Amino acid sequence: MSSEAVRRTPAPPTGTYIGMPKFAKNAKVQLADQQLRKNLRKATGTIRAKRVDRVAEVPEWEELRLAGEAIKNRTLRHLDTYLVQLEESLVRNGAKVHWARDAAEANAIVVELVKAKGVDEVVKVKSMATQEIDLNEALEEAGIAAWETDLAELIVQLGHDRPSHILVPAIHRNRSEVREIFLREMKLYGTPAPTDLTDEPVVLAAAARTHLREKFLRAKVAISGANFAIAETGTLVVVESEGNGRMCLTLPDTLISVVGIEKTLPTVADLEVFMRLLPRSSTGERMNPYTSMWNGVTPGDGPQEVHVVLIDNGRTKVLADPDGRAALRCIRCSACLNICPVYERVGGHAYGSVYPGPIGAVLTPQLRGTTSDIDKSLPFASTLCGACFEVCPVRIPIPDMLVHMRHKVADEKRHHVGVEQTAIAVAGWALSSSKHFELVQRVAMLAGRVLPGRTHLGPLPWPAAPWTNARDLPMPPTESFRAWWKRTRGESA
Amino acid sequence: MHAEGLTVALFATCINDVMFPGTPKAVVTVLERLGCTVEFPLEQTCCGQMFTNTGYFDAAVPDVRNYVKAFAGYDYIVGPSGSCVGAVRHQHPMLAAHAKDEGLAAEVDKVVARTYDFTEMLVDVLGVTDVGAYFPHRVTYHPTCHSVRVAKVGDKPYQLLSKVKGIDLVPLPDADQCCGFGGTFSVKNPDVSVAMGGDKARHVASTGAEYLVTGDNACLMHIGGLLHRQNAGIKTLHLAELLAHTESGI
Repeated sequence: MSSEAVRRTPAPPTGTYIGMPKFAKNAKVQLADQQLRKNLRKATGTIRAKRVDRVAEVPEWEELRLAGEAIKNRTLRHLDTYLVQLEESLVRNGAKVHWARDAAEANAIVVELVKAKGVDEVVKVKSMATQEIDLNEALEEAGIAAWETDLAELIVQLGHDRPSHILVPAIHRNRSEVREIFLREMKLYGTPAPTDLTDEPVVLAAAARTHLREKFLRAKVAISGANFAIAETGTLVVVESEGNGRMCLTLPDTLISVVGIEKTLPTVADLEVFMRLLPRSSTGERMNPYTSMWNGVTPGDGPQEVHVVLIDNGRTKVLADPDGRAALRCIRCSACLNICPVYERVGGHAYGSVYPGPIGAVLTPQLRGTTSDIDKSLPFASTLCGACFEVCPVRIPIPDMLVHMRHKVADEKRHHVGVEQTAIAVAGWALSSSKHFELVQRVAMLAGRVLPGRTHLGPLPWPAAPWTNARDLPMPPTESFRAWWKRTRGESA
Repeated sequence: MHAEGLTVALFATCINDVMFPGTPKAVVTVLERLGCTVEFPLEQTCCGQMFTNTGYFDAAVPDVRNYVKAFAGYDYIVGPSGSCVGAVRHQHPMLAAHAKDEGLAAEVDKVVARTYDFTEMLVDVLGVTDVGAYFPHRVTYHPTCHSVRVAKVGDKPYQLLSKVKGIDLVPLPDADQCCGFGGTFSVKNPDVSVAMGGDKARHVASTGAEYLVTGDNACLMHIGGLLHRQNAGIKTLHLAELLAHTESGI
């Protein structure tokens, strides 16, 4: 009997992120998917344009970004103090606080908490932290069904799929694909989709609402993440657009929130800055539709048992690196994904991480290390065009950080003698002094004399193939600038 | 004219020196036309960006030393590349710190402050937007990422182009999106690079331009390589070479 038959929830694709090939190989597969290219171009283009309009309405936008950066830096600098304060405040509010060093510890804590309630299912608010630790699969292994209630996460889950975007996890799907998934899968996991389902967004949303309603009303335990955790008051904050989060946060009797330690903010006053930065950066909205804030347990109202699982899972390692720690400022808005020309062409799956796009390329190899092929290649999955930094609401210098990550990867391979190391060594020698450079120039100019009359070279074998498979290469001229200068102006400067 | 007696050190950049000598020659032509004295310090090699951005900081440090040595004595150092000038300004201080060489860091700070992109030299230092150029062709301009986001040349290239006699300057759709070159990205991730470049080439073709112009020959080599493979009939030209054209030729 296959394990598929006893599953409670739709099985995600087989294989692990870490086991994926390097970015360039994954990207080639994704690039060949014309439907994906079309979906992504339309979706990222729309959201980019909305963001530009909404940001233009705020004259003090740059000051807000600076404030966001400063608040996050201050919090991270004193994170040890703020985390202790957060725990004290949460406990004072009647919440139980659990600390998890890594994904395995966090998953074990949540599984035990759910088992202790004697239930075999939970409803979930969209949460990157629980995606990061692969909580749904840990629950599934323990015989507990975790139902995603965010519309896009539901589409991903029912589609036996993985998220491809931080904010819009099903951005790679269009509405006709969503219709097919709903028709095929909903009936296997609860209330079926109506048989006359169309691909109208309103109709699809209504089908999701009906499908989820029985799960909301039945659930005894909900699991969420948090966008912010306020140390001073012990307030957790969830920012969402659909109201499904509000249902999960208020209906079930037990609420378990899995929160990365970097989500801490010192005070409620600090939150104000982020409530202005986040909606305009992420969805291009002036304000966020559903913002839920709760202080532990309120007797007789909402969940009566509240747990907060604070997870490290690599974050303190990132914090210790002066060149990498700015990544912890990230508020998961996705503006860098939406603006990124690489992300727009390949989508999120090529990045082999729940954090795709530019922020994923700097954060993932820091959280997971750079031992796997995919993690080693992620810092190179960028042209360093700089568009991501321009839109980042907390001014994470992603291009500079990618360069530092590249240095780290190159440094780890420095004793390896490969094509790249050899090419760099040769070029490094050639450019290390003007004498070497002139010698190399004289050799290069021979090419023009060997093949007179040619202006370009067409397809060439390896190692020129990666360039010339699709691009012609101009022929070197017969005289370099330096040679021309010396011939016409003499040896002096 | 405006710049009588001003001595300018030309930072040709390695790729222009070897592959596109017409561009630094054009810089010489335009600056001399405006009354500057141009010198070419022969110690110069490269900004080191290719090494830095591929992660090989140690290989880039000798280039920083060469740059400082070649240009230390000049008040105006001018390069026809937003990318290379941007790398000098933005990466040389980091590389000097990486080398743990305080003397080098101090030298770098001085030289970096005197390094200009060609368009900045013309517009900001010489105060000229009409350089006497004549170019009776349909042209579209791609503002390269590093010229805009690292060197931060702003709209200076457009100011210069708008004063060229005879030009038919047409806007490029999605101009602010990267062409996909990205240095070694172009060979480490060739498929994504070509996908991005293909879209750029498509936008260029949609303008009906005869010439695609930028301030960076590396990006032009990539987009131009695609256009040439497609037999698109669109020529690529560095901004400096366009500005060197006058009614009496170059």
